[in-house]
Amino acid sequence: MIEIDTVSKLFGAGDSAFRALDRVSVTIKENEFFTLLGPSGCGKTTLLRLIAGFEGPTSGKILLDGQDLADKPPYRRPVNTVFQSYALFPHMTVAENVGFGLTMLGKPKSEVAATVSEMLALVRMTNLADRKTSQISGGQQQRVALARALAPRPKVLLLDEPLSALDFKLRKEMQLELKRLQSETGITFVFVTHDQEEALTMSDRIAVMSGGTIRQIGGPREIYDQPSERFVADFIGDTNFLSAEMIARTGDSAQLRLGQGAEVTARAGQVDKTSGAVTLAIRPEHARLVALDAGQLTGTLDDIVYFGTDTHYHITLDGIGTRFVLRRQNSPDEMRPVQQGERVGIALASSAGQVLKD
Amino acid sequence: MSPSRTRFALLAPAMVILFFAAAGPLVIVLVYSFLIPGDYGGVVWDFSTDAWFGVVAERDFFTDQLSWADAHLSVFWRSIKLSLMTSVLSLVIGFPTAYFIATRPKGSRDVWMLLIMIPFWTNLLIRTFAIMELIRNEGTINTVLIAMGLVTQPIQMLYTEFSMLVGMTYVYLPLMILPIYASMERLDFSLVEAGYDLYATRWQVLRRVIFPLVKPGVVAGSILVFVPCLGAYVTPRVLGGGKQLMLGNLIELQFGQLRNWPLGAALSLTLLVIVMIALIFYVRAAGNEGNAHG
Repeated sequence: MIEIDTVSKLFGAGDSAFRALDRVSVTIKENEFFTLLGPSGCGKTTLLRLIAGFEGPTSGKILLDGQDLADKPPYRRPVNTVFQSYALFPHMTVAENVGFGLTMLGKPKSEVAATVSEMLALVRMTNLADRKTSQISGGQQQRVALARALAPRPKVLLLDEPLSALDFKLRKEMQLELKRLQSETGITFVFVTHDQEEALTMSDRIAVMSGGTIRQIGGPREIYDQPSERFVADFIGDTNFLSAEMIARTGDSAQLRLGQGAEVTARAGQVDKTSGAVTLAIRPEHARLVALDAGQLTGTLDDIVYFGTDTHYHITLDGIGTRFVLRRQNSPDEMRPVQQGERVGIALASSAGQVLKD
Repeated sequence: MSPSRTRFALLAPAMVILFFAAAGPLVIVLVYSFLIPGDYGGVVWDFSTDAWFGVVAERDFFTDQLSWADAHLSVFWRSIKLSLMTSVLSLVIGFPTAYFIATRPKGSRDVWMLLIMIPFWTNLLIRTFAIMELIRNEGTINTVLIAMGLVTQPIQMLYTEFSMLVGMTYVYLPLMILPIYASMERLDFSLVEAGYDLYATRWQVLRRVIFPLVKPGVVAGSILVFVPCLGAYVTPRVLGGGKQLMLGNLIELQFGQLRNWPLGAALSLTLLVIVMIALIFYVRAAGNEGNAHG
């Protein structure tokens, strides 16, 4: 279990100091696939480097299983890293790379050899054990980097955007592979990425970061379906933002009046308002294209964009002028064909919207 | 012109210069080493192996008895010893320096390198005399030591092997730092972090990760220091005071005061052979390491 307790990290000094992390607190559980998700510069890599010990926090504490890591250099932490660039030792073979950590821990040769072959089997690289790291492909280097970091059996494995250098297909494959390795080894994974899809498919829990702070922590479903604020809703997936007026509130459920006058129910989440102007977030797939008078919203169809598995409809809402994007899965039984420029109605799925914190 | 002809044309000036300025004189030196010395310098065109013989042995003038040319051998030994010590000392000082500079922010690295290079661009004689001023009996170091009461008599540093070692290390240190820095600058420092991450201590990271990766720079630096040290002339002359000869001084002596050109020529070629043996040794050492991992 990793406890990160009000950790701040400043680079530079004085007024020009850059605050990479601002009082971040989070607890990462045992055997969890935990993802730090955010755009570049949000502090996710800095947090990872603090856990690894490459940098020290300016203030705050990091505890591993209740033990303060402050005075421990990286080589005394039971934590290993998979680097973004893999950072494989070019002067060593694949097997020597994988065995490096154990050798440094002073394990006997026979044990090192046994663990190395076990790890190479785990990442399916046994037949390339004697190759130099420059003689293998990017995907294979990725596996070696994983095996090298897993070999010493760390309590926590840190992964710094390890899939970003791979092509699409390989990335999909490695996502499943990582998930498999995590459940097979039972090691806590802390995974850094800016790819929201990667985060959603792999994680047990996700922390969405921005500007050096954590904006929301939750399971993939929770993060996607119930974003707490505009940044999270915008960063993860596509979202339509609508201005609305809260007219009633009972617990998690809020009654809203939209700009065009229709009333809808939505989840109020962590919003503490009971009335007044709010922003409603609606996912593109939570709305349907309907006849002009059959929905809660009306607008003019500007664009139809075909994506293979689904089609996106771009609609300018009547009166408000806001752009609304609607997504529909393509299926053989085609719905009534619509044309660009046509006026259409939009039906929102009941209680699909999420009221956002401002 | 065809591509191969163009290439030849580009190469031609260098080839001509190398032929006349290097190969030509080398042949002359080789020929001279098999002649007998003239009475007032120069050579007499009679074939003789006396000069080569004289490199390692000498015949007693009165008894005609053969013996090792101890004077020459001790100069060889001193040259090799001091060159090795200079290389090692330069490495010990230069390696951390190169590491320090390579780990500075990009902008300030050039400033540090400039500071290293400034003495290198200063006239060799001036630098050598500056060292002399520091270490001579009435020089800065001794004056300060005496003033502080740490010693009563000045320490004899000038005209010793110590002063030559200090002088040559000072002169050739940039030649060690430069290639190591070049290797170090290209080093991916995430490898160093990976080393720390995988439980290697500072010393282990240095030995197992950094050193093997910058080894080409270390080998190049060692050659660049060792080879000119073997033939060093000015520094041993000034700081050794003519008492502690090195090969360069011995050769100069033969062509100058002793008027024995053939022996000078033979000694020059001997120096060349020593350099070549040293180079083969270095290349082997560097190559073996590569094979061990290949």
